[in-house]
Amino acid sequence: MSHEATHDGHDDHGPAKGLMRWVTTTNHKDIGTLYLLFALVMFFIGGAMAMVIRAELFQPGLQVVDPQFFNSMTTVHALVMIFGAVMPAFTGLANWLIPMQIGAPDMALPRMNNFSFWILPFAFSLLLSTFFMEGGGPAGGWTIYPPLSLQMGDGFPFMIFAIHLAGISSIMGSINVVVTILNMRAPGMTLMKMPLFVWTWLITAYLLIATMPVLAGAVTMLLTDKFAATSFFSAAGGGDPVMYQHIFWFFGHPEVYILILPAFGIVSAIVPTFARKPLFGYSSMVYATASIAFLSFIVWAHHMFTVGMPVVGELFFMYATMMIAVPTGVKVFNWVSTMWKGSMTFETPMLFAIGFIMMFTLGGFSGLMLAIAPADFQYHDTYFVVAHFHYVLVTGAIYSIMAAAYYWLPKWTGNMYDETLGKWHFWISTISVNVLFFPQHFLGLAGMPRRIPDYAVQFADWNMISSIGGFVFGLSQLMFVVVIYKAIKGGKKATDQVWEGATGLEFEQLSSPPPYHSFNEAPVIK
Amino acid sequence: MRAFKNWLVAVVGATGLSAGSAFADYALNMREGVTATSQANYEIHMIIFWVCVAIGIVVFGAMIYSMIAHRKSKGAVAAQFHESTLMEIVWTVIPIVILISMAIPATKTLLAMEDTSNADMTIKVTGVQWKWKYDYVDGAAEGVSIISSLHPDHNEARLLKTGQTTESLRAQFGDQYLLDVDNPLVIPTGQKIRFLLTAADVIHAWWVPDLGWKKDAIPGFVNEAWTKVDKPGVYRGQCAELCGKDHGFMPIVVVAKDPADYAKWVESQKGAAADAAAAADRVWMKDELIAKGEKVYNTNCAACHQANGAGLPGAFPAIAGSAIANGAAAAHVDTVMNGRAGTAMAAYKSILNDVDMAAVLTFQRNSWGNSGSVIQPADIKAVR
Ligand code: HEC
Ligand code: HEM
Ligand SMILES: [Cu+2]
Ligand SMILES: [Cu+2]
Repeated sequence: MSHEATHDGHDDHGPAKGLMRWVTTTNHKDIGTLYLLFALVMFFIGGAMAMVIRAELFQPGLQVVDPQFFNSMTTVHALVMIFGAVMPAFTGLANWLIPMQIGAPDMALPRMNNFSFWILPFAFSLLLSTFFMEGGGPAGGWTIYPPLSLQMGDGFPFMIFAIHLAGISSIMGSINVVVTILNMRAPGMTLMKMPLFVWTWLITAYLLIATMPVLAGAVTMLLTDKFAATSFFSAAGGGDPVMYQHIFWFFGHPEVYILILPAFGIVSAIVPTFARKPLFGYSSMVYATASIAFLSFIVWAHHMFTVGMPVVGELFFMYATMMIAVPTGVKVFNWVSTMWKGSMTFETPMLFAIGFIMMFTLGGFSGLMLAIAPADFQYHDTYFVVAHFHYVLVTGAIYSIMAAAYYWLPKWTGNMYDETLGKWHFWISTISVNVLFFPQHFLGLAGMPRRIPDYAVQFADWNMISSIGGFVFGLSQLMFVVVIYKAIKGGKKATDQVWEGATGLEFEQLSSPPPYHSFNEAPVIK
Repeated sequence: MRAFKNWLVAVVGATGLSAGSAFADYALNMREGVTATSQANYEIHMIIFWVCVAIGIVVFGAMIYSMIAHRKSKGAVAAQFHESTLMEIVWTVIPIVILISMAIPATKTLLAMEDTSNADMTIKVTGVQWKWKYDYVDGAAEGVSIISSLHPDHNEARLLKTGQTTESLRAQFGDQYLLDVDNPLVIPTGQKIRFLLTAADVIHAWWVPDLGWKKDAIPGFVNEAWTKVDKPGVYRGQCAELCGKDHGFMPIVVVAKDPADYAKWVESQKGAAADAAAAADRVWMKDELIAKGEKVYNTNCAACHQANGAGLPGAFPAIAGSAIANGAAAAHVDTVMNGRAGTAMAAYKSILNDVDMAAVLTFQRNSWGNSGSVIQPADIKAVR
């Protein structure tokens, strides 16, 4: 039993009561919870839009929505999932875990922490409110390419402002992460002793701080192009629409790594626990993460092979993109080596972690194929790309978040979740997600472009199968909600270590649930 | 490379993971296409695919073996090793070697693809919301211009809630639903054709899978690409860059004709062009213009302004009762000729010829209760 646990409620005050606790809280655990619940809500809103998309694509012909609304569904689905679900979920995990994993009492900047969370509900209300304005929601794709995006109706400035707000929130969250990690580690917690989740988040935070302003700049230029008669992106006024794409993807490619690096950290925590064996190649994991982060800044134009770059540019971006597969591969090999000769059990977090490794690797393979520039002249903007990024994002980022939720839920709530239901959730999700996305590789290769509401009949069979997979996957996520709800309400008490093989300060030195204020005295690092 | 690939096919085929021949039958794979580029891309796609399969077998094989053999329930005791510099070097170097061996054929293919020199003829492709315009810049068909939009029958079938199903669409259109146009692009076989791609409003992308590439058509800029088709035939594709509401409804049809048939086609086009030129020089009757204008309107303008002229509130203004369509002719002509910068209203100057322009304007000015005047082709010619 730790020192902290026995002193629970003694020299520290508990949370305030009622709604105001959540509005005014500066506690990293409360804010972490807020972020995670917000992300869950957004996951279902974005998911509902995906269901509309899959319903329309269930068979050829237009049955459900008109094309303009369809386009706004794909656009807002992506914006909500990326900026509303995955990023806030990772920030929520960072809030909960980073202080506990480095032995700090809280985040370094608690008031800013509160503020950066509470911006988000406003940002996304603004974004969703555009659906009720003249001209409807944004329908130019989540990439908001001009000139098309400039054709949006009255909602345009609201969408831009929503992106600004979400960006400000991310930047503040990232500053908090960096300051916390660099200043508040317990004595003896050297950088190379930090858990990988902390490492990956530190690097992610730098990526965010470097790239969010770039996005903000790009969308601000869109705003002035529309309302202030500038022509940054209009050839008629001396500007260049392709310039927007360069700026966007200079943000956008690091962004996709923002969406996956914390996932690498989570999986690197879970696999050793259930293999009962230390992580293989800790330092190479750190270096691989850093090299991925560096490379992610010099590959952006692989999203733009078909815009008509000079061939030297195409070659450069092809080679650089192929390079990024190397450190990514190193990570996968290290995880497999961690499993190798372990003593494995397969509780739900481990299932999701293994699902992550396998299916993320599949997404990596299609990424490698997309990196081959000449072949990308066929793959680009087809369902093949859609399959690629859903493998890395759904079975990658989202799976890691679910793995994390199952892994740390007993620590957070003090209660074990329902293991049977968790396993059902994993298996139904995993089968249906593959039924959903694997056929999209075939569709793309066979010639189906992305972002279309209707298609030729030869694509009908796979689309129907994909839609069925989609509906099952969507529904099965309700199980996740039930699991979380039940664990918060009660259940078998979790031990402090929770898992037999778990290591790290949060499992070794804190009770389950941890006290409201943990590590008021710095822990001793062995 | 080829031997390596065959070897892999054999290995993988033998383990029963995949049957290569199933690919072709169920449209699971990239199309080989009909040009050197498409075939080179197909080859390179298959090589990288099998490379991924091979790596996958090793990685997933190790994982699955480990999950079976090293489980606690089987009494496995965890080893405690946790690093090996040698292994790290091995699994950094091997992928680098594989990637370099991939980069070589990829570079060759890319350089060939981007080499648009020594073309036999040039066609300018312009993307317009939501149709394609083809201008023959040189060669026998010089001066011929084609506007190619989704075939009217398909355009009707794709409307919301018309009760279509896979079966009804297949019965009516076979496997060409949404892949058919009113006027296809016609090209000669055996000639290296250079395409100049641009757009009038937003970014589009011109993609015919059988030709092996897509390329963006960007307003204000001109991209280059090329193709050489040896086999006469009809090759279909679609716009591949989101370009607004009807992005899914701007197909591409390329008809490759052997030189003799192509020459015949050029003759017929030249005849039509001569007729059009003559038509532009005469004075038209109001009814004639309105009748022609309705057709032009329905293919070019109705997607936004709607067949009943009422537009879509918030996005596209109504023409019925519009001040422009009821006001001075000059402003109306200017709006449609030059478009409205920064909005979806494109400049139709280079898309419609004098007769079509005059006809559509006259139609707008005299329909849905509008009480405007007649605009003659000569009026358009005068402001060009
Ligand atoms: C891609 C959608 C689109 C297409 C296709 C289109 N327009 Fe427009 N049009 C617009 C938009 C948007 C405006 C409003 C521009 C503005 O805000 O100034 C407009 C404005 C106009 C106006 C001015 C209306 C007014 O009262 O201000 C006229 C006239 C017009 N269009 C004629 C045409 C004609 C003729 C065609 C076909 C040759 C056509 N449009 C095709 C989108 C379109
Ligand atoms: C091995 C590593 C990877 C490689 C080589 C790779 C390569 C690529 C390439 C070349 C494209 C552009 C395809 C096209 O549009 O033609 C692409 C698209 C994309 N990738 Fe990856 N990728 C990798 C990993 C990832 C990861 C880890 C993520 C996110 C978690 C990701 C998310 C995306 C997304 C979202 C897109 C589509 C963007 C859009 O057009 O909307 N990729 N990838
Ligand atoms: Cu990228
Ligand atoms: Cu398009």
